[in-house]
Amino acid sequence: MSSIKMRAKASGGVTTIKALISHPMETGTRKDKKTGKKIPAHFIQEVVCKHGDKTVMTAQWGAAISKNPYLSFKFKGGNAGDTVSLSWTDNKGNSDSADGSIS
Amino acid sequence: MTSMKRRTFLRGSIATGAVGVAVGAGLLTPQMVLAAWPKAAFESTTVDDALTGLFGSKDHTGSDQIKIKAPDIAENGAVVPISITTDLAADTISIIADKNASPLAASFILGSDTEGFVSTRIKMGKTANVIAVVKSGDKLFSTGKEVKVTIGGCGG
Repeated sequence: MSSIKMRAKASGGVTTIKALISHPMETGTRKDKKTGKKIPAHFIQEVVCKHGDKTVMTAQWGAAISKNPYLSFKFKGGNAGDTVSLSWTDNKGNSDSADGSIS
Repeated sequence: MTSMKRRTFLRGSIATGAVGVAVGAGLLTPQMVLAAWPKAAFESTTVDDALTGLFGSKDHTGSDQIKIKAPDIAENGAVVPISITTDLAADTISIIADKNASPLAASFILGSDTEGFVSTRIKMGKTANVIAVVKSGDKLFSTGKEVKVTIGGCGG
């Protein structure tokens, strides 16, 4: 199952993207209560969103983004039916991507 | 299809532990190379260092054309909703919580048609100023808003 939930909606010539990503976003400073050991950092570093072939957003994130991150932004243009894609990469090299169409 | 390729490709890179090398090898698009993750900025412990790491300069001027929407009091510092809107022609929008161990939370690089608006949720260790820094042209503009954090309290 994809880790990304995305909605893209065009209205008045502006497309609004809203996305939720399932990810633990560990800071690396939190301790496991049972063992007392630090939980290693594990967080998304980069999220790229494209409208067709054009990159509309590159988000660079630190560990201070909340667990299961939310991201919303707007760009001019975009018509109903256009493809938007969103992909993320974390500090362990994991990644995921999802395609959606503008409604 | 391309995204599938990238996923496979990235998985392959983990094995060698060298995503950076792959970027250097030109396998990823130019935009991605430009947007190499600014490690030093994200690991810096002061606002000035974070800005220097990101932009090469820490000089920023206050601007009333940037608006931060954030709660006055955040009862749960783990999830603080932040929205930033600017009328400036923004190239990047960065979010900084100045009392966090690593103040820089996020930096958003906007496309040419992307509007000056981002919304996300950040973690805050304690009461701090949330600073929005907008890069417009070669200048940095900023505005700040204090968010009180009351972790584990029963409100107020």
